[in-house]
Amino acid sequence: MFATVFPQLIGLCTGALLLTSALMVWRHSLLASIRLLSVQGFALAALVAVIGLEEGEAEVIIVSVLVLLVKGMALPWVLAHETRATTRTDEAPRLNPTAGLLTVALLTILSYVVASRLLSGDTSISAHAAPIGLAMVLIGFLLLITRRQAGSQLIGFLVLDNGIATVAFLTSGGVPLFLELGISLDVLLVVVILYVFAGRMRNKFGNTDIDQLRKLHD
Amino acid sequence: MNFALWTPLAVPAVLAALSLTGGARPLGRLGPIASSTAVLLSGLLLVGAVLDGQVPSLGGGLLRADALSAYMLTVVGAVGLVSTWGGLGHTEKAPGRFAGSYDALISVFLAAMSLAVLADNIGLMWAAVEATTITTAFLVGHHRTRSSLEAAWKYVILGSVGVAIALLGIVLIYAASRGTGEPTLSWLVLSRTDLPLDPALIRAGGALAVLGFATKAGLAPMHSWLPDAHSQAPAPVSGLMSGVLLAVALYAILRIQTITDAVIGPDFLRVMLSVGGLLSLFVAAALLIRQRDFKRMLAYSSIEHMGMMAVGAAIGPAALPAVLLYVLGHGLTKATLFVLSGRILEVEGTPRIDDVRALLVRRPGLAVPWLIAMAALVGFPPFSIFFSEVGIIVAGFGTGMGVVVGIALVLLLVIFAALTRLTVAMTIGAPAAAPGTDPAGPALPGTDPAGTVPAGTIAVRAAPDRSAHGPRLPLILALATTAVVAFIAEPVGTLLARAAAVLGGAQ
Repeated sequence: MFATVFPQLIGLCTGALLLTSALMVWRHSLLASIRLLSVQGFALAALVAVIGLEEGEAEVIIVSVLVLLVKGMALPWVLAHETRATTRTDEAPRLNPTAGLLTVALLTILSYVVASRLLSGDTSISAHAAPIGLAMVLIGFLLLITRRQAGSQLIGFLVLDNGIATVAFLTSGGVPLFLELGISLDVLLVVVILYVFAGRMRNKFGNTDIDQLRKLHD
Repeated sequence: MNFALWTPLAVPAVLAALSLTGGARPLGRLGPIASSTAVLLSGLLLVGAVLDGQVPSLGGGLLRADALSAYMLTVVGAVGLVSTWGGLGHTEKAPGRFAGSYDALISVFLAAMSLAVLADNIGLMWAAVEATTITTAFLVGHHRTRSSLEAAWKYVILGSVGVAIALLGIVLIYAASRGTGEPTLSWLVLSRTDLPLDPALIRAGGALAVLGFATKAGLAPMHSWLPDAHSQAPAPVSGLMSGVLLAVALYAILRIQTITDAVIGPDFLRVMLSVGGLLSLFVAAALLIRQRDFKRMLAYSSIEHMGMMAVGAAIGPAALPAVLLYVLGHGLTKATLFVLSGRILEVEGTPRIDDVRALLVRRPGLAVPWLIAMAALVGFPPFSIFFSEVGIIVAGFGTGMGVVVGIALVLLLVIFAALTRLTVAMTIGAPAAAPGTDPAGPALPGTDPAGTVPAGTIAVRAAPDRSAHGPRLPLILALATTAVVAFIAEPVGTLLARAAAVLGGAQ
């Protein structure tokens, strides 16, 4: 029974991951992006749970609960808290939405090309979905490069991190549990630190526009 | 001897907790120094064990000290001791409210670096390297000025994105080991040559992991965070980041290189590391020629030395003992220089080279160690950086990489000239306040800075400031160590040879 729906569930979860990433490039409102990030966290947790059920490993189910708590709830909560304090919550990115979505399409094709060469020997269903993870990594980069607000850069970083986690789960069923714990803790702390710095930036400069960080140069 | 594997992690953690809660008051500001000492002593104990032929391991092989790990741990402890002890005078002026968290973060930073070099698991090492970014973030932003905030933001974003790329690489390496039945991230298992690892995945994973850790090691073109972070951080933190954090990232690259070399041969990473190394040397040369800020000058010099180490890593086993000696020599020298730069910044009140003139006449207590350390940094014998550079260049010609080391040599000469000019501008000459009274004062520019410590120049001023503005002993010990370490065949030479053998894949 489960074996028949497994490919569809994998497809559903990775589809949701890619869709939320693409929508984040499209939307300019920070709060909307944070909601999408939360949805993405839930989709990633669901993906992990599906893989865990298929492999029948209890450890992977624990990881999925961890992902749900950290990526689906804690991180979006921290970000939303930060964003409500800023006066400007919309973004004037360097790319307009159309160009952004076109770039997303190109990046997705690129990641399929790369992954087909990398994972040529692997015919499992989850390996077929692995290019989505690579595409998310590239979309995270795109967000990091094209966004100007501190909060949006943070979101780009988190999409990048979600992409890496997706690749990890799809290619090898995830790294061992203690490592997953360490990695989640590190990511959480990085976000908290950047959140604190964004707060200091707002106190010092009045906003969180990173274009003003140009004082240090040679 | 296995207890020495957890002391460098547990002692700093306990001291950090004490510093945070205020329980370390009786210790004063000695918490970080005690942490460094614990790391250094554990490192020396492990080195002793390794030289006896043991390989201490703990936690089901999760922590493991082969010759390379033991050596790196000793370097972390030694450089940590020089930075924290030498920085005592500096940190006392830090805002009192943050002193506890400052000390705690330095201790945790030392523990994270120790974990990175002791972990026999790429994933655990990754988590430790990321933890170094986390702990140093607030240390870089410690001064809470506009520019330190800018430096800290760039540092955290670039540092974590770089290390995230390394994680993607590690994930792919993990996926490549599925063919072995039991997927693993252990160095020991992965660097065995008889494993059926997937070459395509190892190639992609190795490239991404090296790229990610190269960002953390400050190799061009991913170096842009380094001058900002190293110039804005408090001096002892700069010393630690420049002296060992970069070396820990290089250690990660060397370990990854062992795995990829065994599967797809050495040529792949050799090209990557040569390009990165030469580009770093070029960037450092270009920006040192017109440098105006002495802390940024030291930061670019770190990029230069990391570039040279990357060239050494590209050459392979023949150059590895020289590279490892380089790590120690550069770490101690750079920690000394950053500590001194913090003192100069404090007494002169400016980071600009143009505003710091005639230091040798006005403040010989700072200028003399500064000159000696700069002589060590630009590569004068008997300091060990000279022997490391010669070793790398000779090994390069021996392995048919003559073009690469030839270009590196030219760039090194440019950097030598630039650094000498800047040092001379800072230290030698007459004080600007009395230009007419001292016609014989200005020394010839371009002369050897180590040789020009003219007794006559000092005597000109009435009351030169002979104070070192902080503890002298750590600086003397550091410089003395770099001066003699290259001549000690036993046990240093043996240890370096064994550490290099670990990387050569010899089991």
